[in-house]
Amino acid sequence: MLRVEDLKVTFGDFKAVNGAFLEVEKGEIVAVIGPNGAGKTTLFNLITGHLRPVGGRVLFKGEDITGLPPYVICKKGIARSFQLLNIFPRLTVFENVQVAVLSQYNHSLNMLRPAKNMMVAETEAILKDVGLLDKADSIAGSFSHGDQKILEIAIALGNNPEFLILDEPTAGMSPEETAATMELVKRLAQERDLTLLFCEHDIDIVFSTADRIMVMQLGKTIVQGTPEAVHNNEQVQQAYLGGD
Amino acid sequence: MFKGVVTSRALLATGILLLVLLLLPPFIPRFYVYLVASIMVMGLLAMSLNLVVGFGGLYQFHHGAFYGVGAYALALMLTKSGLPQWLCFVGAPFVAALAGLIIGLICIRLNKLYFAMLQISLGSLLWALAFRWYDFTGGDDGIHAIPMPALVSSLTGSYYFVLVVFVLSIFALYLVTKSPFGGTLQAARDNPQRCEAVGVFVKRHQIIGIVVASFFAGVAGELFVVLEGSVFPDLLFWVLSLEILIMCLLGGWFTFAGPIVGAAIIVSMRTFVGIYTEYWTLILGVILALLIFFLPEGVWGYLLEKVGKKPSSYAAERGR
Repeated sequence: MLRVEDLKVTFGDFKAVNGAFLEVEKGEIVAVIGPNGAGKTTLFNLITGHLRPVGGRVLFKGEDITGLPPYVICKKGIARSFQLLNIFPRLTVFENVQVAVLSQYNHSLNMLRPAKNMMVAETEAILKDVGLLDKADSIAGSFSHGDQKILEIAIALGNNPEFLILDEPTAGMSPEETAATMELVKRLAQERDLTLLFCEHDIDIVFSTADRIMVMQLGKTIVQGTPEAVHNNEQVQQAYLGGD
Repeated sequence: MFKGVVTSRALLATGILLLVLLLLPPFIPRFYVYLVASIMVMGLLAMSLNLVVGFGGLYQFHHGAFYGVGAYALALMLTKSGLPQWLCFVGAPFVAALAGLIIGLICIRLNKLYFAMLQISLGSLLWALAFRWYDFTGGDDGIHAIPMPALVSSLTGSYYFVLVVFVLSIFALYLVTKSPFGGTLQAARDNPQRCEAVGVFVKRHQIIGIVVASFFAGVAGELFVVLEGSVFPDLLFWVLSLEILIMCLLGGWFTFAGPIVGAAIIVSMRTFVGIYTEYWTLILGVILALLIFFLPEGVWGYLLEKVGKKPSSYAAERGR
């Protein structure tokens, strides 16, 4: 479904991503791992158009989407959450998700109807799904960190994506919250028929969740394969897992 | 369709205010009729600015330019074009919107303060044009004794014209802020990156916001001409743009009605305090400084907070 071929980007002299390869099949859960600074987030930014690569290609369902702007890529069915909190802090929880739903149904430019009564069922269904419905009218910026991370995922679901990218969905969460969030993510992926790509620091979570794992180091893909294959890979052992 | 969009309490308050404004002219001196009409003109201008500043988060620092363009467009069309008068009235705001589109398209390439600086420069070009091009715009004399339709030739007539157009415009602006477009504009203000990630072409959205705001600034400019019967280059001068920014700040950026409250305060202050001292802006400055410290949400924002209508999200964000 998604294919990344030899993707490259530089910031000044620094080669942040320098030869990334990735393949995600429909319905799969794929994780990207690697030490800090390996280029995981940069890779996601390249896929979703927040950065333009200097080399390589991104193919989505066979179509070349390399370097398209984020709002175009989003409409093709790729939604994402961000590592650092990235919500609309002054809007209510409901409005946060509604922005995405309205955009998905091409209502964003409508000036003549009150938004309050539009796409209510669709938005509430998503909030119910992630367990935020009872907080729908709270101002999002006043939320706890954990709830804001869940809201991030809810906003991404607002675009009714086929392909969901989660950049460290559990960053900064307690172990209990982390477990609950990963359960939620797995359930959502199944119910909504999502293909999932995520990165995560907690190796246990990665190995228990992902169907396949891609390992990055210094901006390069070392290997992509099943958890066992990755676990037994000598290069990975050296570079990452056995490093400590 | 409008279910739950306007609370019955707000509707009642608006209704009473409207009734008062409708019945006012016979009971108060002409001077006050003029003052109330001036507040409506500046109020509409400030509210149109707030669409892009408060709701859109754009550094629209020379909004007065579009007000001036609207006023000059009407004055020039009435005096020089020979078109039917009603057509001039319909057309002038579109000229302002076109100016908004062109300046917006150029400025949107830059961010924040750079956007602001570029807009001030381009707006000042328009001012220079009005100020210097004697043959066409009348230069620093402006254009006077503009022929007006009989309907608005008396003060009472123009008061009611201003009132009707003001109410219709405010209603339209209210609809826009409550529409999906307005909601998305606020989302783009809060977090443009996230907004693009959910499929919104943020810059296009912001440009449309600027065009709408310029259109209503043009309407306000038109009302000025109706009220004064003349135009002059000061309408395009950046000091006026600063003044309407202050009105928005004073009333409250993040409320819908805040800017008109700010406009009422400033226009009244200039009129009444201005009688006693030419340094009334000094008093304004002190009030502003106090306001930023004690009422960061503006006067209207503070009042709404007091009656518990709106959770103070912005203040929470500022760690208050």
